[in-house]
Amino acid sequence: MSQQSMIRADAEPASHHHPDPKRVGDRVFSGLATGSGVLILVILALVAAFLLIQGTPALLADPAKLTAQGYGPFAEWVAPYVFGTLWAAALALFLAVPVSIGIALFISHYAPRRLAQPLGYVIDLLAAVPSVVFGLWGAAVLAPAVQPMWAWLNANLGFIPLFGGQASGTGRTILTAAIVLATMVLPIITSLCREVFLQAPKLHEEAALALGATHWEMIKMAVLPFARPGIIAAVMLGLGRALGETMAVAMVLSGGRQISFQLLTSENPNTIAATIAQNFPEAFGLKVNQLIAAGLVLFVITLAVNTIARWIVARRAQYSGAN
Amino acid sequence: MNIKPIASVALISAVALAFSGCASEGGAAGKTLTGSGASSQAAAQAAWTAAFQTANQGVTVNYSAEGSGAGRSAFTAGAADFAGSDRPLKDEEMGAGKFAGCAADSNALNLPVYISPIAVVFNVDGVTALQFSPDTLAKIFAGQIKSWDDPAIAKDNPDAKLPAGLAITAVHRSDDSGTTNNFTDTLNKLAPSVWTEAASDTFPAAFGGEAADKTAGVINAVTNGKGTIGYADASAAGSLGKASILVGGKPLQPTPEAAASILEHSKTVTGRAANDLAFSLDRTSEGVYPAVLVSYAIVCQTYKDASRASLVKSYVGYIASADGQSAAAKAAGSAPLPASIQEKVKAAVDSIK
Repeated sequence: MSQQSMIRADAEPASHHHPDPKRVGDRVFSGLATGSGVLILVILALVAAFLLIQGTPALLADPAKLTAQGYGPFAEWVAPYVFGTLWAAALALFLAVPVSIGIALFISHYAPRRLAQPLGYVIDLLAAVPSVVFGLWGAAVLAPAVQPMWAWLNANLGFIPLFGGQASGTGRTILTAAIVLATMVLPIITSLCREVFLQAPKLHEEAALALGATHWEMIKMAVLPFARPGIIAAVMLGLGRALGETMAVAMVLSGGRQISFQLLTSENPNTIAATIAQNFPEAFGLKVNQLIAAGLVLFVITLAVNTIARWIVARRAQYSGAN
Repeated sequence: MNIKPIASVALISAVALAFSGCASEGGAAGKTLTGSGASSQAAAQAAWTAAFQTANQGVTVNYSAEGSGAGRSAFTAGAADFAGSDRPLKDEEMGAGKFAGCAADSNALNLPVYISPIAVVFNVDGVTALQFSPDTLAKIFAGQIKSWDDPAIAKDNPDAKLPAGLAITAVHRSDDSGTTNNFTDTLNKLAPSVWTEAASDTFPAAFGGEAADKTAGVINAVTNGKGTIGYADASAAGSLGKASILVGGKPLQPTPEAAASILEHSKTVTGRAANDLAFSLDRTSEGVYPAVLVSYAIVCQTYKDASRASLVKSYVGYIASADGQSAAAKAAGSAPLPASIQEKVKAAVDSIK
């Protein structure tokens, strides 16, 4: 009540019609909400404009000029990084999604209440760890720890192309980077999935159990179909983080300009974000434009990924158990 | 409730600080010297500016370590009074009237002020000392020698117990760097048949190998890895083993003396003014550790503004002096300029107008 009267007091001098107090609150709030919505669009547009304006000189430059003053012809230069960005993010999601859904299901449907809540907090806490800490941990602890395993995989399963090549002596491979990325996207996917699973209609669940379904069958029939769009949305948010993650990758990954599917070697494709971070401090002139143009490419990739995700969610919504 | 007053006090003091900063800058107009360039000099420049500002109250020296390329273009455009650069200006970049901050008929001067040996660091279980002929070293970093028990390494190290079957992981910089430029130049000059790529700030992609970010990244990767080898500023090597390079059959460690003597054995670039000290490094002379980074201060021969000239003269004069060089050696682990070169730089600095 007191808040409402405060808003009234603020708003009243401006208007002479003594309108209904309820409507003033409505108008103020809808104005604030619309403003916020417009603001985010404006920020996005400004970022896009910055990338376009600063990146265009590199996109339009003559390849010979880029070879002399930049990092080389643009498409040829950026291709390995585009591949590296997508490949690292895909590996990270491949590792993180099953674990995240498992944790979320455990919290929402298996764990006793006393355990579920603290576990939820701990997972959320993981999201608050700065990426530079993940990077330090990955480079100083995880990489040396997994190096013997990677060497073993390479020696014994090296006939599989993924594990082929010469194993890295430091463990700073794309698989290690993917594990670090997976750890970073895990809390995002887990929290969202948990919320979605908790919203599965209790009546559907009880109906499934009443029909004689086991716990797993109930989850399969009542929870997962209902949650599918939510899971996809969560995965896409995680993918967004994995695509854009910079610091951790820059510190952990031994990245170069190779397009290679091998997981255990020193010669991995670098990601766009890490390349920008590593080269920007010493870049000048056309090199800056070229790095920003790479940022534009990443922006477009992220936009495309999100659009596809929206489309999938919209298309799948009608099949979910919600209706 | 408690946080607000503290925050506002902090804000007020921050604003006050900002204003006082403006005031002192405005009051001492012309007493601010702006430098920009190589990040290799960053630690030394920090020591130099601190000592110089203590000795010359009221003078402010700002050095922003944005990289050699950025420094050179800032100097050319007149945005910086001097540039720090890991290489001298090339012939086509030189020329009277090309520099916005210099007098119309003035050329630039390249003065060596910072020498740093680049160490080849390694981490191989049970091996404390290694030496490499240039060919072997080039083959390792080019990915042609893949294992520590390779006959070429054994031949260079008859006494070392090299682990059998341990793979070599050669670590290079993933970012552009003057260190990479000088190291690849060394390999190119000493082992041209193996290292076919010209010197470049970017490690040649054709040779592959492990990449790590900045000096610290390389040192961490070498320290934490197995059978690793890399190159980095000798001052950053810490407890890692530093390999000797065999020049003319003699093993040389990256000591300051062996590194600094490279300038005494090298000639200045021909066709320049007598007081321009751009060296074309002779990495092959006997007794000289070849992998050396020489970083320059690039200044005007004649400044448009006489007050700039006197500031630059006293600052660059200080950093090239025995005092300045030992301050840099302490702060950055660099190799002091040999006395004969200090004299030449002093003469060149005295000629600045």
